[in-house]
Amino acid sequence: MSTLTSVIAAGFDVEKIREDFPVLKQTIHGKPLVYLDSAATAQKPTAVVDAIRQFHEVDCANIHRGVHELSQRSTAAYEETRVKARHFLNSKTTNELIFVRGTTEGINLVASSWGRKNVKEGDEIIISAMEHHSNIVPWQMLCEEKGAKLRVIPMNDRGELILEEYEKLLNPRTRMVAVAHVSNALGTINPVKQIIEMAHQAGAVVLIDGAQSTPHIPVDVQALDADFYTLSGHKVVGPTGIGILYGKAALLNAMPPYQGGGDMIKVVTFEKTTYADLPYKFEAGTPNIAGGIGLGAAFDYVNKIGLDKIAAYEHELLLYGTEALSRIPGLRIIGTAREKAAVLSFVMEGIHPHDIGTVLDRQGIAVHTGHHCAQPVMDWFHVPATTRASLAFYNTMAEIDALAAGLGKVKEIFS
Amino acid sequence: MVDDLYQDLILDHSKHPRNCHAMADANRNAEGYNPLCGDKLKLYVKMEGDIVKDASFQGSGCAISTASASLMTESLKGKTRDEALKLLDKFHDLLTTDTPVTKDLGKLVVFCGVRDYPARVKCATLAWHTLKSALNGAAEPVSTETE
Repeated sequence: MSTLTSVIAAGFDVEKIREDFPVLKQTIHGKPLVYLDSAATAQKPTAVVDAIRQFHEVDCANIHRGVHELSQRSTAAYEETRVKARHFLNSKTTNELIFVRGTTEGINLVASSWGRKNVKEGDEIIISAMEHHSNIVPWQMLCEEKGAKLRVIPMNDRGELILEEYEKLLNPRTRMVAVAHVSNALGTINPVKQIIEMAHQAGAVVLIDGAQSTPHIPVDVQALDADFYTLSGHKVVGPTGIGILYGKAALLNAMPPYQGGGDMIKVVTFEKTTYADLPYKFEAGTPNIAGGIGLGAAFDYVNKIGLDKIAAYEHELLLYGTEALSRIPGLRIIGTAREKAAVLSFVMEGIHPHDIGTVLDRQGIAVHTGHHCAQPVMDWFHVPATTRASLAFYNTMAEIDALAAGLGKVKEIFS
Repeated sequence: MVDDLYQDLILDHSKHPRNCHAMADANRNAEGYNPLCGDKLKLYVKMEGDIVKDASFQGSGCAISTASASLMTESLKGKTRDEALKLLDKFHDLLTTDTPVTKDLGKLVVFCGVRDYPARVKCATLAWHTLKSALNGAAEPVSTETE
């Protein structure tokens, strides 16, 4: 608690922050909403909602084409987000930042464009045992198409990747290593800097799935030396349907376009098309302009609080929550990595997660139940599903107490 | 409020499921899987002519899906294929519409609370969908290893 006091003393006022999230001020089934599903999607502060409304009410126009005032305003606002993303991820240039729908599209773009060009029969792609389906299936599809092989870094009982095994998997046939920075199902923070370094020594390219890291910890793609890094706006208190793919300019320049269409060209004739320069080469069609502008407001909002402070506060929540859940007999936390984000995935003896989820919902508590799009993780821990409480900087210790009390009610019904 | 869903009979059948075992001499098998929640169920049916002589199941699922499979296997015994399929329709209506609860559902009316939990309808119907696939398999060459 002493660290928490220092976080609060350093200016982290969660009650004030909650004022920025109107959605939190409601009751569900007559109880105050306790939202513990931020790993699925984060709630949106008023600043983000306002930015999207401003675009639709005041500045709405298509971007990159018009000479009229509204088009210039919306283009400027949309492109401003790219600048903000550059600061958020510390990329060298804005040209290395591609707007995508989200992490899933970011990975698919790389698998499809970079992968088709660079992966050949007999090559190998390494992923990890804790990947979300979005960082498994695109690589599986690529391997199937090319006759390449998918290798998997195993993990230990705590849900940590075993780097000695990873080392053994790396070889001259390894083309790509694609790993989550933070696991959505377990909360594990992977040592991606080391993972990247090892891959580079083997001559492989690395993609980091940043969907679960970017909302919680500061990321510096240059310090990590990541080749590709991708995030989803909606996990970082932004809107859905917008995300960022970072790629090193040299890699992106050498890649063929992902989709063809408007905005990604220089010159089109029926004989030949010359593609646009980065980043537009990968941005065919009218993008999610409102989403992009909303994401810019989300970056601003998160930066204003500071990811360092967010990480420190959430870590306190994690410790508090871990202790609270550990006191419940018959409850087992799945994912106990030493480096962990604020995710509490758990099972209760003899009680299925769906029943837990339903009983909690009736008490106003929103948790995620199921396999969390990470079926191999469930298989590894021999559970069909888990209940996951994922925390964000707008959650409170009182809400964790409510979760613990709710689980008491669950036990009352089912034991 | 949540007690409307988890009535005593459902809790009893989920904690102590009936007919929860493999059946060596079953002549209709089917597997049910709910990819959204990962629930798996294997259903065994022994038909004698047109009559369901015996039914059992194995699987892992939530209280609702386990109780549903347990009560379904109980209610099937002695029914003709058509009666079983009609019961399925009525059960489905019970969960998804506002139609008045009919007597001929017997103990199965205990699931009427599921109506108010749309996300849980699939849990209650998994066993019944699996039954349909087992019974419809009858028109084809019978296999004890459907999947």
